[in-house]
Amino acid sequence: MKVKVLSRNPDDYVRETTRDIHRVPRNYDPTLHPFEVPREYTRALNATKLERVFAKPFVGSLDGHRDGINCMAKHSKSLSILLSGACDGEVKLWNLPKRECFRTVQAHEGFVRGIVTRFCGTSFFTVGDDKTIKQWKMEPPGYGEQEEPLNTILGKAVFTGIDHHQIGETFATCGQTVDIWDEQRTSPIRSFSWGVDSFSCVRYNPVETELLASCASDRSVVLYDMREATPLKKVIMKLRSNTLCWNPMEAYYFTSSNEDYNLYTYDMRYLDNPVTVHMDHVSAVLDVDYSPTGREFVSASFDKSVRIFPKDGGHSREVYHTKRMQHVICVRWSADNKYILSGSDEMNIRMWKANASEKLGVLTPREKTTRDYNQKLREKFQHHPHIRRIARHRHLPHDIYKQRREQREMRDARRRKELNVRKHSKPGSVPVETEKEKHVVTVVE
Amino acid sequence: MAATMEAASTKSHVGKKGKPPKRYWDNPTEDSENSHVNKKNRQDGESDSIQGNITAVSPNKELVTEKQNKNRQSKTNHISGSKDPFPGEAPIPQERLKKFQRGEKSQVTSGLRSKLKEAIKRSEAESELAQKQAARFDLLLPEDAGFLEGDEDEDTCTISQDDIADAVDITSGAKYFNLHLSQFGPYRLDYSKAGRHLILGGKRGHVTCIEWQSKQLVSEINVMETVNDVKWLHNEDMFAVAQKKWLHIYDSKGVELHCIRKFNDVLSMEFLPYHFLLATASATGFLQYLDVSVGKEVVCINAKLGRLGVMTQNPQNAIIHMGHPNGIVSLWSPNQKEPLVKMLCHQGGVRSVAVDKTGTYMVTSGLDKKLKVYDIRAFKPLQSYFLPAGAACLSLSQRGLLAAATGDIVQVYRDVLGTPVTKPYMAHRVRGGITGLSYCPHEDVLGVGHSDGFTSMIVPGAGEPNFDAMDVNPVGSLKQRREWEVKALLEKIQPELICLDPSQLGRVDHASWEQRHEERVKTLGYDPLAQEKFKPRMRKKGRSSSGAVEKRKKKVAHEDQREVIRKTVEENLGKQKELKKEKATLAAQGQRSALDRFKK
Repeated sequence: MKVKVLSRNPDDYVRETTRDIHRVPRNYDPTLHPFEVPREYTRALNATKLERVFAKPFVGSLDGHRDGINCMAKHSKSLSILLSGACDGEVKLWNLPKRECFRTVQAHEGFVRGIVTRFCGTSFFTVGDDKTIKQWKMEPPGYGEQEEPLNTILGKAVFTGIDHHQIGETFATCGQTVDIWDEQRTSPIRSFSWGVDSFSCVRYNPVETELLASCASDRSVVLYDMREATPLKKVIMKLRSNTLCWNPMEAYYFTSSNEDYNLYTYDMRYLDNPVTVHMDHVSAVLDVDYSPTGREFVSASFDKSVRIFPKDGGHSREVYHTKRMQHVICVRWSADNKYILSGSDEMNIRMWKANASEKLGVLTPREKTTRDYNQKLREKFQHHPHIRRIARHRHLPHDIYKQRREQREMRDARRRKELNVRKHSKPGSVPVETEKEKHVVTVVE
Repeated sequence: MAATMEAASTKSHVGKKGKPPKRYWDNPTEDSENSHVNKKNRQDGESDSIQGNITAVSPNKELVTEKQNKNRQSKTNHISGSKDPFPGEAPIPQERLKKFQRGEKSQVTSGLRSKLKEAIKRSEAESELAQKQAARFDLLLPEDAGFLEGDEDEDTCTISQDDIADAVDITSGAKYFNLHLSQFGPYRLDYSKAGRHLILGGKRGHVTCIEWQSKQLVSEINVMETVNDVKWLHNEDMFAVAQKKWLHIYDSKGVELHCIRKFNDVLSMEFLPYHFLLATASATGFLQYLDVSVGKEVVCINAKLGRLGVMTQNPQNAIIHMGHPNGIVSLWSPNQKEPLVKMLCHQGGVRSVAVDKTGTYMVTSGLDKKLKVYDIRAFKPLQSYFLPAGAACLSLSQRGLLAAATGDIVQVYRDVLGTPVTKPYMAHRVRGGITGLSYCPHEDVLGVGHSDGFTSMIVPGAGEPNFDAMDVNPVGSLKQRREWEVKALLEKIQPELICLDPSQLGRVDHASWEQRHEERVKTLGYDPLAQEKFKPRMRKKGRSSSGAVEKRKKKVAHEDQREVIRKTVEENLGKQKELKKEKATLAAQGQRSALDRFKK
């Protein structure tokens, strides 16, 4: 007779000393792990619920301005510095980790319209309603020194925006024309206009550094090449674009924030149709900024909310609002992809987490694995109705909620009317127009 | 595969005259590698079952003689001088890979969008890697299963338990023992999920909880009432006892925690560990589910099939199988008031039902003294045996050994599920009629409850040798057990998810729009897309006379169907016109025959 009976040596299964970690013998046989899918589903559901529980995006606010914030700029070299310009001509420099202002400059009379840091981070430029461009040192003046700009350029008309070249010593301003300036000169080296009376925003392309885009008041977005004498082309839309931002990773895409509550992502090469129409705001969109990864962007709106959109998604993935936040004028996505800064009418700059439920601070390796595992689970089961409902749920202020419903009704009514018109007119005389085609009037080369 | 690729590439360069000089970092030539593979092929008996690069050897390469090989080999050694005798990754046997396969591979069809295609490809590659790694890990499992082999001309079923206990080591030998409890029997029993604790319930009220390996008595009480069944809940701290009237829950010290007055006359119980559900079957014919994590009754089903005493669970999908006095076995989930499946298995009552670990086979025994094996994926009978004494209790071990209690004899059968068997693997006579039979998980032990107490017998090869500590840990510390409990509670599966195929939740729902709409209407209680009935507005100055209202109603009646009607009418008219034309042309041609009058 030959016999063998299961007999486990406890030493093989129990840790040797109490300082050791516990032994966890594994066996991956699927029959020992029944209900794989239902258990994973339950975990995914829990992870989704926890994500909503931990979604506390508001980090803090920077208060100190004595008028509404009109523009903001990130420091090009340092993560911890933020520059902001207010409607009373004051520019403040903020230390973000400490959330305090470390320098205040009375830069202009009237609004500060634009602010930009030089690529090297040693100085910054401001433009204001007093028709001046001023260059300031980043470092505060020493003891006994006067707060004075490095350079002051007096222009002919009011400037409404400014942007600096990525690597060169030129910068661009917009106002009645788009001007290209050399830092050493007091007159523009080039001036573009295309039958337009004013521009609201100008932005350099971050990759093709000689290219520029600007939003004009005749409802157009105009593209320029700095090396040429005339603008490249422009697309005219139904309503005016307020600002635009280039995608830093795929720099042939740019997104413009429009007065008609939408944002439009365009491919620079094919302006006939926008690549994506981003809808969700219920009032004019005032500012837009891309995340440094180029996968998402944030938009600020007159409806007192900030929304985050995926670059190729038609609807926002996140909406931030507080009771006290008024019309959001400007918004920036921090260069470490972690925070969003919004400046609003009621003189506050707010700091938000870019990922609402993210845990700040150092994570232990086990926390990291759990986070990754939960994220994967959420992704895997995202289309299950119960999970999708929880993941999509957002609380909205009553105004926005009501207006959304109203606008949906209006849209439906319009659609219904169009259908009826088509039904009762000669076949082919009322063509079907897609959402993308609706908003572009024409492209001018 | 690399070898053949290389061979192909050299073939295409036949026309070239000179070869580049050999460098030390080059791969050894394909000839030597191939010959190496060939050698391996010859040596390996099981080469068929091994997956990988062996079969893809071009035939002309096999003709290379041994002598040539030797010459080549001596030339193309590595710089270190030695050669890797087993190049590449170790092959994994196909069968073992299959064991870890989950579902079908998703197909990448040409109609898909490129983004989706990529996602599918990536996820397929990931799951394949996981499957391979799990299969490789199988090799590292520390324990082997037990076995029992007789000498020549010796039947294993004649080997007595005493002989086995003498032959094995002391700790294993101590697993064979008898408890003489003649006063309060017959006994029912249950092992905890980790297999360390045992609970015995005597018919006449004796309930005892034992740590059976160390033979320590944890608690012993007499409930002073008939005990119909005992069951451990999710851990060793609580157990449920089905008493004469109500269902009671005790802790391991024997303190009564709950008396659940919603559950009466319970005859048998099953605990679903992943759902935290206690399923009970009562003498009054009710199947009830108790959620033990919140202490609430989930559902109460009147089975309408008479007294319910025979039940078991399918561990793969948490479906309850119940045997009935009319020979029917019915399958139940808490989501449906009717049985999912009703199978007529026996002529005469069903005495016992058992389902194997993989949820593939069901074994039933009935009053007609038959033992039948069913495939419960296809609901088809596979085997049917006749046992002269009939089997009162059945139990299937983790590795598929079937224990059947015939009177006072326990018979253990091996390989009973797939192939027909004639002889039992083991047999053992106990001192009284058997009423309870249960294998201890992860041990080679079969517990037998009978009228004279309890017998623990050794059945080599019954238990799964390698446990997974993330799932169940028999050697876990107190802290680990506590953490496990928290995790398990967090992952509690909702009873709504119990269905015949639990993996359905991970598949794409191909419901049509109509189906989804129907469900939506059902859940909402009304049809959100239904059009409102047209109500004509009240008009003044006598314009709302009933005739005028009817006219207005007619204007909008069947508006949605008008388009369709118009089209069909037009089509029909066109067809008729064509027919007429044809007729006319035929008539004009004057080819009218006498028989044409019968044509329509």
